[in-house]
Amino acid sequence: MLEKALRGSQRYWSWILFLLILIGVGAGCFLLQVSQGLKITGMSRDVSWGFYIAQFTFLVGVAASAVMLVLPYYLHHVKDFGRITILGEFLAVAAVSMCLLFIVVDLGRPMRLLNVLIHPTPNSILFWDMIVLNGYLFLNIVIGWTVLAAERKEVAPPAWVKPLIYISIPWAVSIHTVTAFLYAGLPGRHFWLTAIMAARFLASAFASGPALLILLMLILKKRTKFDAGQPALDKLSQIVTYAMCVSVFFVLLELFTAFYSQIPGHMHGFEYQFIGLEGHGVLVPFMWLSAILAVVALTLLINPNTRRNEKKLTVACIAVFFSLWIEKGMGLVVTGFIPNPFETVTEYVPTVPELLITLGVWATGFLILTVLYKTAIGVKEEKLG
Amino acid sequence: MEESRRSFLKIGGISVLGLSALPVLQAVAQNDGPKFKPDPNALQARQWGMVIDMNKCWEEQQKRHCTDCIAACHKVHNVPDIADPKREIKWIWTDKYEHVFPDQAHEYVPEKIRESRFLLLCNHCSNPPCVRVCPTQATFKREQDGIVMMDFHRCIGCRYCMAGCPFGARSFNWGDPRPYLAEQNMEFPTRTKGVVEKCNFCAERLDVGQIPACVEACKAKALVFGDVEDPDSEIRKILDTHYTIRRKVNLGTGPNIYYIV
Ligand code: SF4
Ligand code: SF4
Repeated sequence: MLEKALRGSQRYWSWILFLLILIGVGAGCFLLQVSQGLKITGMSRDVSWGFYIAQFTFLVGVAASAVMLVLPYYLHHVKDFGRITILGEFLAVAAVSMCLLFIVVDLGRPMRLLNVLIHPTPNSILFWDMIVLNGYLFLNIVIGWTVLAAERKEVAPPAWVKPLIYISIPWAVSIHTVTAFLYAGLPGRHFWLTAIMAARFLASAFASGPALLILLMLILKKRTKFDAGQPALDKLSQIVTYAMCVSVFFVLLELFTAFYSQIPGHMHGFEYQFIGLEGHGVLVPFMWLSAILAVVALTLLINPNTRRNEKKLTVACIAVFFSLWIEKGMGLVVTGFIPNPFETVTEYVPTVPELLITLGVWATGFLILTVLYKTAIGVKEEKLG
Repeated sequence: MEESRRSFLKIGGISVLGLSALPVLQAVAQNDGPKFKPDPNALQARQWGMVIDMNKCWEEQQKRHCTDCIAACHKVHNVPDIADPKREIKWIWTDKYEHVFPDQAHEYVPEKIRESRFLLLCNHCSNPPCVRVCPTQATFKREQDGIVMMDFHRCIGCRYCMAGCPFGARSFNWGDPRPYLAEQNMEFPTRTKGVVEKCNFCAERLDVGQIPACVEACKAKALVFGDVEDPDSEIRKILDTHYTIRRKVNLGTGPNIYYIV
């Protein structure tokens, strides 16, 4: 089936070429990082995780969100999702691949990666994160590919994928829960030390992932013969609406706990994000932008009239995606290190090579996504005739 | 990377041969796996700990800007001297009271305490989060004496332990540390870029019967090292007779560094 990705319009190939150039630049910077060390990044003794780990955290959410299609379709027989569950699963494949790449580019000694498997360490959450991420990648590749192959032959998918599909549902929840546990159990990191972390992660995942999926559907509708159908878009946008409401609600819960208790450690992180701390506030404009985007998104989404309007839905989905990307992909990880264990503030700003490596990984993800989607749409178009 | 490992092996090999050639060779020859007899002089404890008498330390600091312990430690362990605070490597260092004890500092603290520098190092916690989070066991707690150690050759540089340690006791080699070494102690490995490091309570010295380099270097006798689980040890006598404080006890990591102020 993969050969479908090898035939395409000029536009398709220009897109691929564009991604390949970004990947090449990113790879070049990564080689520089391998030879120079992580000193080419903006990370420091105090803020020892930065942009890479933040992207990883955000993308785990995008990956987990496939369950928002799989679960209604397979457990509640929501027929409208029948045509697009594969696209959800392929999005998950691309997102998890990026997650794994972001972990690799963040390591000081990437060549020793296998040490995680050679010396399995069940007490480390990172060990479990590796397991669930790789498992999820495997599940989605197998399920997506098998179901697509069956669709092409116009037969029912083989019986053995059913159990895999059912397993993939709690598994999706597990990847984001385990990722939240990476942060939630650390002493002295007040910003992360919250029991609601996993719930927050899932809520924002179920908003940002489906929002991206809607945007992809709209692009496919424009560019190909494939149309997900209005009912599917409606249902997805409802999911985004609910998840975004819950996500914002959870953040408000955190704010209440921090500011009503007045415990300095719990307030510091939010103060740093929204008003700056000890005169440091590089994140402040971004976090306010994130908040404003969230309000815009909610206004457009909650009102059914604007939500059903394709143009306004597009705006809403872009707002959701970037609002949450700023919150998780920029704010969350860095803020956990501020203030540092000595109650002083060291700020973090990613460097150009660091941003280019990040861009390269995103481009790799989009390349995987493009190839998988091209294949899937090719199969679907073939049937449409 | 391989350079340091090789020199480490070489030096390790030479010192082992020099110290106790015969029993070791016999042990290696007779058993299926290499086994090394511990040095009979090795210092032993159930849990090593340290008391730092800040009054003695400050006196010395005032007299002659003393940094003997830091210099000694950093010299024997090939700790590079990187000036950039964002990238520096620290095994033992000093900082202000309000940074060392942030949850105890207040504006009416006696001026002397407020203005003086406290000595900091890894607390060799009884319940160390750095060990809990490490995915490769590169950071581990030595069963026999509670020292929290690192295997530089196993560390993948994920820096999870840095997020886990609430004391800022860990440093990462953002680049190659070797250009920042004025001279090299051939008896201890240097590090490579991409790995974490920290104080190891001089485990390599204890194993051949020497006390930690910082303790040895302190002329004021401000540092006392010993077995906190041995009721007859000198350190316990001091703990019995002095009021001591530890850093961030409420986090439950069980620091084994005690301060007399
Ligand atoms: S002080 Fe930090 S590095 Fe040292 S044992 Fe405790 S947690 Fe680990
Ligand atoms: S950086 Fe090294 S020592 Fe620290 S957690 Fe990762 S592998 Fe373990």
